[in-house]
Amino acid sequence: MKFNRRQTFAALGATLAMPYVRPSWAQAGSVNIYNWADYIGETTLEDFETKTGIKPVYDTYASAEEMQAKMLAGQTGYDVVGHSGLNMPQMIAAGVYQPIDHGRIANWKDMDPDVLAMEAVWDKDNAHGVPYMWGSVGVTYNLDMVKERLPDADLNSLDVIFKPENAAKLADCGISLLDSPTDVIPMALRYLGMDGDTTNVDDYKKVVELLKPIRKSIRTFDNTNYLNAIPNGELCAVNTWSGDYLVARSRAKDAGVDINLAYFVPKTGAPAWVDVLALPSDAKNVENGYAFLNFLMQPEVIAACSDFTGYANASLAATALVKESIRTDPAVYPDATVKSRLWAPKPYNEDQDRAMTRAWTEIKTGG
Amino acid sequence: MPGSDLAPPSGPTDSPRQDGPREGPHEGPVARWFNRRGWSDLITGIPFFWLFFFFLIPFVIVVAMSFATRSPTSPPFSFGLDGGLLDFRSYARLFSDQLYIRALGISLWMAALSTVLCLLIGYPMALALTRLSPSVRTIMLMLVILPFWTSFLLRVYAWMGLMGTNSWFNRGLTALYNMVVPADWALRSIQMMNTNFAVVVVMVYSYLPFMVLPLYANLERLDMTLNEAAEDLGSRPWQVFRDVTLPLSIPGIIAGGLLVFIPVSGELVVPGLVGNPSNPMIGRVISDEFASARDWPMAATVAVALLVLLVGPMMAYSHFENRAQTRREEAP
Repeated sequence: MKFNRRQTFAALGATLAMPYVRPSWAQAGSVNIYNWADYIGETTLEDFETKTGIKPVYDTYASAEEMQAKMLAGQTGYDVVGHSGLNMPQMIAAGVYQPIDHGRIANWKDMDPDVLAMEAVWDKDNAHGVPYMWGSVGVTYNLDMVKERLPDADLNSLDVIFKPENAAKLADCGISLLDSPTDVIPMALRYLGMDGDTTNVDDYKKVVELLKPIRKSIRTFDNTNYLNAIPNGELCAVNTWSGDYLVARSRAKDAGVDINLAYFVPKTGAPAWVDVLALPSDAKNVENGYAFLNFLMQPEVIAACSDFTGYANASLAATALVKESIRTDPAVYPDATVKSRLWAPKPYNEDQDRAMTRAWTEIKTGG
Repeated sequence: MPGSDLAPPSGPTDSPRQDGPREGPHEGPVARWFNRRGWSDLITGIPFFWLFFFFLIPFVIVVAMSFATRSPTSPPFSFGLDGGLLDFRSYARLFSDQLYIRALGISLWMAALSTVLCLLIGYPMALALTRLSPSVRTIMLMLVILPFWTSFLLRVYAWMGLMGTNSWFNRGLTALYNMVVPADWALRSIQMMNTNFAVVVVMVYSYLPFMVLPLYANLERLDMTLNEAAEDLGSRPWQVFRDVTLPLSIPGIIAGGLLVFIPVSGELVVPGLVGNPSNPMIGRVISDEFASARDWPMAATVAVALLVLLVGPMMAYSHFENRAQTRREEAP
């Protein structure tokens, strides 16, 4: 009887200890990556393992907020994390990421200087992040639906959405804005002819005033569901990130829906975004993290990533290797005109951050 | 003799007054406790440990966080930044900023509406279930539980497909509507997605089983002879229901109501997917404060406020239940 109990406890103890035993064994030759879902080449991870013998563990997140909250809480166990460049200042200030030794990344010399310059706005001297993919904020239109309602509209201008009479005409086919104050507010400030990087928080009130009359014409504020809503014809004027328009188009194609989409970066200017890969300060496998970054930044590897994700990468040497349909799409690889409209918004201080959040709540709940 | 029957069968059978260990010289107090009542203590202890570690400690952390100050650190809050250890500004904002009160109001209103609709639909269903033959009843009960076998999220997405402006369902409804109304009222489509209507429809659909099952459990126990007695005394069927069945089913109504009301008022997914962003529910506000605004103290404050608001009715219910229990025990 007593002996049995002892056995029971031994077994119980061993079972309870299992989770602690396993990771320490797994950490011997692995690298833990945390990034967006579907945001890497189809065979990149397998190729990496074959080439280096290091086992990549790829965890995904579905929202930037979820990832940020996790990284801010710390102790994540990740070695390489995909992070939005715009939010890097807060993360760097909080000490979430460690500085990167550029000398240890063989293909650093291939980096697009324009992209590096944009990333440096949020991360001085590109000290903490390796630029991965980049793009713009703009508007995806369902051309047929919009032309039917506004035949003469200049889609390069935000008048299509921000003028109340136009918005009212598009209301029934569906307008949506990104649920992201740091993308919409700077874009709206530039539309109003103001400084997109204004530090005067009273300027945000003008954006609230601008959006108030069109609020009832905006169907929703959303960052992901439009990928399904656009192919279904539920929305016709959709504020999106650049690559999403390609994803929506390919989803429509897969579903056999004939749809005529186009992506425009407003001529008054729009924020650019750069996603970086960074190494958390508490990363356990820093060596393997560098090995992964090094592998990923090879032109043919990063080009395969662009082929699959439909986003432009930051390596100039890789551009020629990217699929032609992607490389020549000005929505993905912007031409000189579009590039001149893009700018990297300056990081926000705490006051701006609060005021922007407040203004955004007012915009969303108003009307 | 108390305790003697709990002694292990293998224990020594000599004088019970013996002060030394009962099971050989090596038995310490732990082993004695374990031999006497170890299993019963462990089994009753597990739920308490569970609640302690996975409810009480997290809740204490949330309450503590609600008195912290937002700061650019990791994690993004700290204590004692501006002198005092506790920061009450989040609680002040809870009352000074219209957003939170409004979102709480919207949430409670939507939850109340969904609960009443669930009750109106669920009560006849539960009552009908009790009047079926046992074999049919088993099948029908299975059908009530059946939706749980599909992911909740998937079912919400199915509703999004149904209510979308270009769905066959919406087109059919629009065609019907346009047939009935004069030509200049005709619509291209009926706006169902991103409205409060959609939120209530999906909530009622999702939470209906939580109303039906406790009601059924309650109604099934009722004594049918009471109905016959009431009819013998001249009650009409409606009066039997009003005077006998309904009062006896109040515990079931309350249990079902709480099971629907409490999760619905904190619901995040449904309003996020089908709701109208200009009428935010409190779950969304908490999530936004936590994730977008990175204001963990404020998110914690709203969560504490919501919990306090919901625990009130819960306490009232258990008080009511206890009183009813005592009354039942005193009755015979």
